[in-house]
Amino acid sequence: MASLKDATAIVGIGQTPFAKQLPDSEKTLACKAILAALDDAGIAPSEVDAFASYTMEETDEVEVAKAIGAGDVTFFSKVGYGGGGSCATVAHLAAAIATGQASVGIAWRSRKRGSGPRPWKNTAVQLPTPAQWTRPFGLLRPADEIAMLARRHMHEYGTTRDHLFNVALACRNRANQNPAAMMYERPLTRDMYMTSRWISEPLCLFDNCLETDGALACVIVSAERARDCRQKPVYVHSTAQGLPAQHHGMVNYWNDDPLSGPAWTAARHLWKQADFGPEDVDVAQIYDAFTPLIPLSLEGYGFCGRGEGGAFTEGGALESGGRLPINTGGGGLSEAYVHGFNLINEGVKQLRGTSTAQVPDAATCLVTAGEGVPTSAVLLRAP
Amino acid sequence: MADAKTKQEPLLTPTVDDDGAPFWEHAARGELRIQSCTACGELRFPPRPCCPHCQSFDSEWRKMSGRGRIWSYVFPHPPLLPAYAAQPGYNAIVVELADAPRIRLVGNLVTAPDAPLNSIAPERLRIGAKVQVAFTTLDDGHTVPRWVLERP
Repeated sequence: MASLKDATAIVGIGQTPFAKQLPDSEKTLACKAILAALDDAGIAPSEVDAFASYTMEETDEVEVAKAIGAGDVTFFSKVGYGGGGSCATVAHLAAAIATGQASVGIAWRSRKRGSGPRPWKNTAVQLPTPAQWTRPFGLLRPADEIAMLARRHMHEYGTTRDHLFNVALACRNRANQNPAAMMYERPLTRDMYMTSRWISEPLCLFDNCLETDGALACVIVSAERARDCRQKPVYVHSTAQGLPAQHHGMVNYWNDDPLSGPAWTAARHLWKQADFGPEDVDVAQIYDAFTPLIPLSLEGYGFCGRGEGGAFTEGGALESGGRLPINTGGGGLSEAYVHGFNLINEGVKQLRGTSTAQVPDAATCLVTAGEGVPTSAVLLRAP
Repeated sequence: MADAKTKQEPLLTPTVDDDGAPFWEHAARGELRIQSCTACGELRFPPRPCCPHCQSFDSEWRKMSGRGRIWSYVFPHPPLLPAYAAQPGYNAIVVELADAPRIRLVGNLVTAPDAPLNSIAPERLRIGAKVQVAFTTLDDGHTVPRWVLERP
């Protein structure tokens, strides 16, 4: 059977500045990030023949291909469920390139979430039918939906606000090392966390991701071609998507086991295809729209047992030098919330050895997409 | 506690689809009914066209006792839609039904069916607390379930 294992590599990454407000349009930001990634790889835009993005992206591949001067495009893909699709863009391009459907793939994300509208803001205008079971009762926003799971996790397993603070702090500490991060010069203290305003109790302000304008992109080619590129290749070792049985996006309250979400499904496939396991991961970039997604993901991807995700964060485990350094650029909580794409590029930086919070000799990195919705993940490996 | 229903900014009402319509029709008659498979008897929620256990398309709506327990709860704070922001400290809860613990419903814990969403003191909420369904009709005529503590 054909294998995707290490058959392709990420050879270019690019990003725009991250800020609450940028003057450029989403389309312009997308083009800037993509051209930066191609320049990083040393590949001409005319050689691009594949694109992958995920939903809630306003700029489509027709516009991007035309603007950057791509050649004939033979593969394009758009993955559903917003932030759950980030890593799947890499997975789809890897599959397309490994099977000869295309040769140079671009995955990207461009958003004006900082200055633009929130996706849930128009709930009063058009209430989608699945929301008939939640929104009339004032469970309105993603923060409310995840807070419900967080409260239950606290009840069942003794997870505490200090555990969630450990997550927020690890991300902030890494952002304080990263000049490109929105929170570069803004240290976080336990007192600030514990006294901040509630967003959806038990979640406070610092349990929530940033709102960011910005864009990122990466370039994927075959492993063979990667040898001739400008940068050290970062191999796509294993990929997976996850849509569990009886799953209901965000409000996963009505399957048999609401606390084992899409991460568990993605993880089973991811590890089955890999040459190594969770204990061999040097650094992880875990989707952090909300702090409780970290303990839930640590359990799902097998870094600890069921219910141990809160306790895992103790003793600086998530910090540099800890058992599993996470979100080394600052993540969605403190670098930028660009629907998780910054986690992909940060994973590449770690395996190139160029992160602002470099894990010494990092050779393996797990990157995950949004937990709580149909999700995806990639394992990256250094040569 | 805050003033009752805000007249100018109504609460969101259910956008009903074909599968969910019977739930709301029964609610309007003051009954909590859950879709169940006519072939194998399994309950399912949210409603859908066919049974995930036996794939039958035949279903009926089984009457529940209306008793349950709080599975989890949150207190949403602003920024919120105006009708909800006008009821500061309100709760949203998930209730698991006593008759079928795997069937869970999102709702609100209140002191009485027509009371505001923030009518009950936050410290009264507790996971595992026994609750009973009650129905209220919103200003626009939609009837929705609410939950009251079994021991007020």
